[in-house]
Amino acid sequence: MKNYVGRDIPDYLLINGKEVYQGKNYMDGKYIQKASPRTRRYEKPQESKIVETLADALRLCGAKSGMTFSFHHHLRDGDFVVNMVMKAAIEELGLDNLTIAATSLGAAHDPVAEYITEGKVVGIQTSGIRGKIGEVVSAGKLKTPAIVRSHGGRPRAIEGGEVHIDIAFVAAPTSDCVGNCRGIGGKSNCGSLGYAMTDAKYADHVVVVTDCLVDFPNMPASVEAIDVDAVVVVDSIGNPKKIASAAARISQNPRDLMMAENVAKVIAATPYFKEGFSFQTGVGGPSLAANLFLEKYMDERGIKMGWAIGGICGPMVEMLKKGKVGKVIDVQDFDLDAVNSINQTPNHFEMSASQYANPANKGAFVNKLDFVVLAALEIDTGFNVNVLTGSDGVLRGAPGGHPDTAAGSKCCIIVTPLIRGRMATVCEHVVTVTTPGDCVDVLVTDYGIAVNPLRPDLIECLDNAGIPHVSIESLKEKAYSLVGRPDDLQWEDKVVAILEARDGTILDVVRKIKPFTLE
Amino acid sequence: MIPRPKPERFRLRRTMIFMSAQKPGLIKDAYIYGVDSIMLDLEDAVAENQKDAARFSLYHALKTIDYGDTEVIVRINGLDTPHWQEDIRVCVAGGADGIRIAKCESAQDVKTVEAAVEAAEKEFGVEVGRTLLMAALESPKGILNAYEICAASDRMFGVAISGGDFRKCMQTKPTPDGIDMVVARGQMLIAARAAGVQCFDTVFTNLDDMAGYEAEVRQNKAMGFDGKSLINPKQIRLVHEIFAPTEKEILQAEKIVRAYREQSAAGVGVFTVDGKMIDIAFIPGAERTLKLARACGLWEGDLV
Amino acid sequence: MVIQKPAVAGTVESSDALVSVEPGDGKIELTLTSSVMNQYGRQIRDTVLETLERLDVKSVKINIVDKGALDCTLKARVECAVFRSSDASEKDIPWGGVIR
Repeated sequence: MKNYVGRDIPDYLLINGKEVYQGKNYMDGKYIQKASPRTRRYEKPQESKIVETLADALRLCGAKSGMTFSFHHHLRDGDFVVNMVMKAAIEELGLDNLTIAATSLGAAHDPVAEYITEGKVVGIQTSGIRGKIGEVVSAGKLKTPAIVRSHGGRPRAIEGGEVHIDIAFVAAPTSDCVGNCRGIGGKSNCGSLGYAMTDAKYADHVVVVTDCLVDFPNMPASVEAIDVDAVVVVDSIGNPKKIASAAARISQNPRDLMMAENVAKVIAATPYFKEGFSFQTGVGGPSLAANLFLEKYMDERGIKMGWAIGGICGPMVEMLKKGKVGKVIDVQDFDLDAVNSINQTPNHFEMSASQYANPANKGAFVNKLDFVVLAALEIDTGFNVNVLTGSDGVLRGAPGGHPDTAAGSKCCIIVTPLIRGRMATVCEHVVTVTTPGDCVDVLVTDYGIAVNPLRPDLIECLDNAGIPHVSIESLKEKAYSLVGRPDDLQWEDKVVAILEARDGTILDVVRKIKPFTLE
Repeated sequence: MIPRPKPERFRLRRTMIFMSAQKPGLIKDAYIYGVDSIMLDLEDAVAENQKDAARFSLYHALKTIDYGDTEVIVRINGLDTPHWQEDIRVCVAGGADGIRIAKCESAQDVKTVEAAVEAAEKEFGVEVGRTLLMAALESPKGILNAYEICAASDRMFGVAISGGDFRKCMQTKPTPDGIDMVVARGQMLIAARAAGVQCFDTVFTNLDDMAGYEAEVRQNKAMGFDGKSLINPKQIRLVHEIFAPTEKEILQAEKIVRAYREQSAAGVGVFTVDGKMIDIAFIPGAERTLKLARACGLWEGDLV
Repeated sequence: MVIQKPAVAGTVESSDALVSVEPGDGKIELTLTSSVMNQYGRQIRDTVLETLERLDVKSVKINIVDKGALDCTLKARVECAVFRSSDASEKDIPWGGVIR
């Protein structure tokens, strides 16, 4: 069945009440039955929940073949925990038929690809999929289609019982002996633990894995001991160098800066740019650089940002410290400046993924956003964005909070160069729709700005401010005139991944790519 | 193939950015930054053993890429190299707007290039005289001969000083106040104005020293340069900002031009604007201010 | 043109292509790897073959490592490699003739 963004969704996926995407806010006002975990009573006072090994923790939690284990990605490319746990489960306990429900998977988890190929891991649910896991899933090696959800879609699915987590693993930079966890204070600091919070509340069992045991009570705790079954102390939960970069530097690339300046111009031309406005930006080159130019407009108008959310890095913390932004609320930290600031700098707070972006709760932060500035691998003439599949059809990206912030914000700006090498970023049809076009408002490229015709109000704003803009079709034509019209990718029928819209409907599917031959 | 209009000898050239003709990623769209002129470089930016490859790449770039209103100049190799003749052939065949003569020291150098350009224009069926010339003065001798160089050909639209080589010859280093080159810059400016061509300053190479860069651009404007050579797109904006006329200058220029038209129609030659005596001598300057203001997006009138 | 000796042109930087030619066995043998193979592999092959035809090259082993080069760059690299293979790349290039 064709959905709202024109994607053909196989009927056999539309079972158990699954529907196709029907436009944003389609689920508004409907009810959700929250799932509740089956958890163990620890009535008798325990001195400590520390167990020797991960295998012991798995046994304590009744780990069995066929279970779903959850992980969070605050340790990013430095994470050791996913691999350690899967190794213990598969190689020590001999489990198979396992499903990994992670907030993101990347190159750090390449060893899992092998477990997929061997059929030990049969399900992947994630908000990001890169590296070898992306390759083997794309090659059709995973037994069931991977399910890709946004950062808001994931807690929705967990809270609604679509994902039942048997054991949640919390990679904790510090923990006390009973499992109060924080993202700071150890040797693998990551700052916020926002993505782990919902998992810990809804999982049947919770295992904390830490490399820095601290005195009880470890406060204020991001994941609380009341939800934790066991604590495992390991030598190292991750490689600090890859967890947080030293400092996210604002791009010096002239192309990025030019686009960033135009993003700031667009923002300043809208009625939402006023005292107390709210803002989120990605950490990609031009998105992050937008901060710099935005500050200039804020100074000119004598206004301050009310609050900022998101994955946070240094430049935003800097603005907080200078008093240019009132509050920063943070689900993940990208550099040491942010890691060292959360819960330390006044008005820098932590939040859960559900609080950040879940469309099925009673109002996430994204719903109050004025502006979000996001990148894209591709954007098509329907303003649909792809941030998941490469031009070769292979899974190598992450919807993350992209669809959530786009849908929630009053003005969603995509910033991307028109072409990358020979790839047309602005194209006729994106390979995969990860953020639907009805949530995207403005496109800023190095060759011009386009406004979604669904937003005549923003078109008027740009016109009044004298900001030139063109149709997205003309940008696409310009791109094709430079790089040529791409051949269509050749797919097999087999679906290797299902893209859920944030509300749980099916936005798109990724099929297995046919091996390419020139003949 | 992108047909380009006949190059204008005198046009706005506030910014002229160097791009290696050998780097496909750079030359494909350098015009998006709003620079006035692009300087595709066959000389220093291209290694000695890649001169041939750079020409092939330059030819197809010139023939394929739509540079729009951006002027496309090519810096050719020096007359003391084995490369310059083929450089000229490819520039003319590709339809470059102009050629920058590297290390120019005399009127004869200009005439030598001019003869080769004319021959190439005839060879490739290009209108004779279409291809413009400019000269880079890179040595004390070049500076001393600046006037004869500027006046050597009707194709000449301007001269630029090249600081790196010039400073080497003079055994100086860049100084914050520009004292090391103030005489050379001044002499070149006087020669250019005397010959009626444009004059461009050298590049500023320390991309991290934005304050030093700004000081130099302000000095360029104060000395009377038409524009500056650049090495990075992020340098463009500042030049355009500093070279832009002020609101007051624009208003004044508009008044002068308007008053002159009215008065001269009535047969009056000398008159006053805001208490200041104005005659025909003020008109070219006022018109130039308005044209510049329009190019900077600061003025939308139709007086000029 | 006749490929007289092995020659290369270009680089493996982004947006460029590295083209190597060597004398062939009476036919055109093309090997191609590209960072944009699925979407542009055929167009790259066609551009390379057209360029060789224009240069009247009938016998060559040609290897292309493409890093997302635009057509104008591919043409320039193939032409340069072919001209280099007969030591003819430095002067008197037929601009606007077979180079177009």
